[in-house]
This record gives sequence, structure tokens and C-alpha cells, in this order.
Amino acid sequence: MKIIVCAKQVPNTNEVKIDPVKGTLIRDGVPSILNPDDANALEAALQLKERYPGTTVTVISMGPPQATYMLRECLAMGADEAVLLSSRAFGGADTCATSTTLAAGIRKLGKFDLILAGRQAIDGDTAQVGPQTAQRLGVPSVTYVQKIREIKKNSIVVERNLEDGYEVIEVKMPCVLTAIKELNEPRYMTIAQIEEAYKKEITIWNENDINLAPSDCGLNASPTQVFRSFTPPPKGKGEMLTGTVPEMAAALIQKLREKHAL
Amino acid sequence: MAVRVIDEKCKGCQKCVKACPFEAITMNERLAVIGAACTSCGACIDVCPFGAIEKVEDLKKGVDITQYHDVWVFAEQRDGQLMGVSIELLGEGKKLAGEIGCKVCAVLLGDKVDNLVDELFEYGADKVYYANDPALATYNTDAYNKVIYQAILKYKPEIVLLGATHIGRDLGPCLAVQCGTGLTADCTKLDIDPVDKKLMQTRPAFGGNLMATILCPNHRPQMSTVRPGVMEKPARVPGRKGELVNLNVAFKEGDIRMKVLEVVKGLTEKVSLTDAKVIVSGGRGLGDPEGFKLIKQLADRLGGVVGASRAAVDAGWIDHSHQVGQTGTTVKPDIYIACGISGAIQHLAGMQTSKIIIAINKSENAPIFEVADYGIVGDLYKVIPAILEALG
Repeated sequence: MKIIVCAKQVPNTNEVKIDPVKGTLIRDGVPSILNPDDANALEAALQLKERYPGTTVTVISMGPPQATYMLRECLAMGADEAVLLSSRAFGGADTCATSTTLAAGIRKLGKFDLILAGRQAIDGDTAQVGPQTAQRLGVPSVTYVQKIREIKKNSIVVERNLEDGYEVIEVKMPCVLTAIKELNEPRYMTIAQIEEAYKKEITIWNENDINLAPSDCGLNASPTQVFRSFTPPPKGKGEMLTGTVPEMAAALIQKLREKHAL
Repeated sequence: MAVRVIDEKCKGCQKCVKACPFEAITMNERLAVIGAACTSCGACIDVCPFGAIEKVEDLKKGVDITQYHDVWVFAEQRDGQLMGVSIELLGEGKKLAGEIGCKVCAVLLGDKVDNLVDELFEYGADKVYYANDPALATYNTDAYNKVIYQAILKYKPEIVLLGATHIGRDLGPCLAVQCGTGLTADCTKLDIDPVDKKLMQTRPAFGGNLMATILCPNHRPQMSTVRPGVMEKPARVPGRKGELVNLNVAFKEGDIRMKVLEVVKGLTEKVSLTDAKVIVSGGRGLGDPEGFKLIKQLADRLGGVVGASRAAVDAGWIDHSHQVGQTGTTVKPDIYIACGISGAIQHLAGMQTSKIIIAINKSENAPIFEVADYGIVGDLYKVIPAILEALG
């Protein structure tokens, strides 16, 4: 089997804080990481590689040159090769343009059986690039995959998570699956693997390498545009109750009753 | 739109470099240079003391937007029941349609769900586009995508809204690519520009640390998925009628490439956080999973449900279905009681529009107190029993 994993390098948004005085983002010291859902996608690919001999796993990403660090991490986890789509022309891409670029990169990689991607990236939370890449490649997609049950001759059976349960879906291959954290526990790298990963070349392609005109990528090919961005206004601080615990509890209940909230 | 540095005005102060959430700006010989990671968010424009960064409109080809009319709402049904968010969107769609001066329409797909057509009229739909076919009984990406895409091609809606459920977030991206248009995910606020009548879509980004307002100026339809529980449900008007339009359904061999073999409902009792009037949530401060027994006692006494912070869910103390916040459920109950929750930005993003917020935490510096209407500094294991006592 030939498996392609789509991955993104993201800032660890959990470590971002807001400057309480200026109301701006404090980004200093926030590390860049492999997007968590993408790590689950890669882990799923690596498990399939272990189960089906002859399987290769290629990781592809679109991003700035620094994203090679994240791709080395993917190689160290066990991916066979890594490709970075990187060019100034890709900048400012929305999900629509990102999926066009990824699909072009994947086409250049040739025939594939399965594409695994994370459900969503923690810096954008859109969950759109996976299914949109599938649409552009003309293959079916299943999102929110929590379990891969079985691979048949021309299809794969998976569990798709829903808010109130899950569905068992059989989908024709080749296809795109997007992974959620319930799918697996991503493995750690070993020292030996990290050393190996640094001996491998990471392929870097720009728009010419994947046959895209500059007008087909990045900001130029993005139907959506950010009109403005702002830090959400904090809700005004309320009242701190004082006294002993029973006094505070009684005061709270009284205030709620006064407001007819109870 | 793109962001551009006006080299003559740039003084090399590097404020933009620090302000950029995406690390897209670097310095080159004391001049700011905007790199490929730029998303045109504009954070740098606001901080530049010299007005050296500007937004430039770019001339992009789109479609003839004057041909597109009406606001469509995807009426998501599961087992013949409308999802709450679809009803919320009818209310929001009606508001938007009123500002544009057009109709609000529902798009309903299913197998013999005729009764839902009337329900949609009663919740305010002027028109219902209805596709009735056994192949549409349960959601199927390929089948739903094909039917709705063809309807969009034929009837040309100006705006298409979907609930940001697992299904809406699966269908929306596929439809957007088919239509060659943009899609804004997980919106929490929608407005119509009073001048050009374009849809202004506001959503949290960057883990809830930033809000971004997104436009889709030159492509149609303008598409958004909207977070459940954010918009108000409209009142139901019994007997209200509208126009029914039946959609053609015809599938060819190979159109539908996936099959739902089985639908399994969650084993855990469904937690309806979005509909709850009262939510009592527990976090890391509980110390152990047993703490949720006390949380549940208070929730039961107030007729509410139990919520949790991500920390409590990640610790394995409670199921993910209880999680409130950016990666969980967005809630806005009448009363939200946060017990032992410090108030990470991701949690606040999911609950700060609650009507009354009560925070109980040992640490008086916990950020949760910044959004609380009433704060109690103390041990929740003493405070909650005292509240139960005071309730009588």
C-alpha cells in the first residue's frame, strides 16, 4: 500500500496567553509542534505499515521552510519520506487554496491507496483541508475517524465519530480519512530513529514543481479573506463574595434569587 | 486582501514581529518583511506606530454575484429529528435575510420526513427545498453533497449556513469545493455589512485567542458553519406555512462511494450541554474523579447537567461528551458554575456568554474570576456543600 499523510506545523496554541494589560497575544516562547490530530494520522499510517508489509508512508506538508523540523519528527517516528510544499506564492492561503496546493503535490507523488490527515489543526480549527483535498483529487473522504476496522480488497471499513455515538462506514479506496485523537496514541521517537531521520533528505517543491500557476495558489486563489482580527473583549469582572463559607454560599443564593435566576 | 509593508515608512521597530500570531514577519536590514505564513489577519497593522503596514485589495476573479439570492439553512436531521442548531440557524438566517431583503429557505434531505417540512415552516422558513429518497435516510457525504450541490447550481443561494456539527463540518467543505467558493468554519457571529450587504463571518481562531472576521467577497454562495448553541432559537409559530420545492434525486453508478453499515448510539447517556439551563462544571481542582459526584449533586439540585474542563477530561475523570470549551461544546446556560476550573482561554471561549457565571476556586488569581459575575475563593469541597445547605 502507498499511504500519504498530510501534516501541518502549528504553534502550540495551548501555551499562548493574553497580556492582561494590553490585551494582545503573548507569543514569546510558544513552541511549534506537529499538529496533534496529524500525529494520530501518522500513527495510523505507521500501524498499517507494520501490518501490511511493503507499505510506504510519505508525509506531505505545506508551510514555511521551518516546517522541515516537524517533517524530521515525522521521519523519526517512522515515515519513509517527507515532502514540503514551500513558496512565497503559497502564503495567505485559505483552506480552499491549501487543498489545491496539497492536491497538486499529491498528484506529483503519483498513485496512492490511502491519504490520512488530522481532522483539524489547532491554530485554525477549520477541519476543512482534509475533505477538500479529497474533493480536488476526486476521491471519497470520511472525517472524524476514530477506528480503522478492516481493509478489504478495494475498500476500508472505519468508525466515524458523531456527537451522540458513531457510524460504521465502508468507503472505496483510494480515499481520504481524517483522524481524531481517539484513533490511537502516537508513538515516541527513539534516539536511533532521530539520528536516521537526519540522514534523510526532505524534498522541497514550489509551485512550478507541482505545476501550479501563482494565480492558483496562496492568497490569489483564496475566496475568503480576513477582514479584521481582534482579541475577544473580556467579560467585565463581577463581584467577589466575602465572609465565611456559609455566609458566601448564603449570599450567592440570595443574589441568584434576587435576579430570579433560581 | 493582502498585507503589505510600506518600506519608506517602516522604522524597523519590530513591534509587528512580536504581534504576529503566525510568526510570519521577519526583519531584513531594519525593514519588516512579510513571509509566506501570513494569513492577512491584520494584527500587525494595529500595532504599527508608523502606519507602515497596510491592507491592499487585490483584483480577483469571482462570479457574477448579482445572480445569487436568498439565505439557505441546511436542515440537518438525524433519525427524523431536526438538530437544534438547524432551528437556531433558521432564526439567524431570518435576521440576515431581513437585513438583505430576501427569503430564508431550509434545505431538507431524508427519507419520508414530510413532518419536518411543516416544522421548518413553523420555525420561520419561507421556503423548504426537500429531497425525499431512501438513499438520503442517514447522512452520506457523497449523496448529500451531490443533491445539495445541484440545488445550489440551479437555485443560486447567496448564503448557505450549516450547523458546525460533525456532519455539517463534513458536508460544508465538500460543497464549498464543488461550488468553487469559500467556507468559514465554526462562526460565532454573523452580520450583514449595511453598505454592500456582504456577509461578515466572525469566528474564533488561534485556539480562541483571536477573533477573526472573514469575508467571501467575490464568490457565491457565501458559506459558513455555525457553532451549535450560539444563536438564539426562534419562537415556533404553529400553523405557519411556506412554499415547498421538491428536489430531484437521481444517482448514477459510482456517485455514492461510501456506505453507512451501522449507526451506533453512544453508550453513555447523552449530555445535552447546549440545551441546559444550568451547568455545573468541574476541573483539575477537583483533585480526583470522585469529585464529580459532588458536582453532580449540585447539578441535580439545580436541575442542570454536569460539564467539565479539558483538564478533567484529559485526566480521564469524565467522558469527553461533558467537555465545555473550544474543543468541546460551546454553552450559554442561564447559570454556569465553574468549580476548580482555572479558566484557560480555551475554556472561557466556550462558556463566557453564559448569562450568570459563578466561579469557585482556591486561587484568587485564577483567570476564571475575570469573567465571573460572582466569585468565591475557597475549597470547593466546603463551598458546594454550603451552597446545597443554603438552597435548603
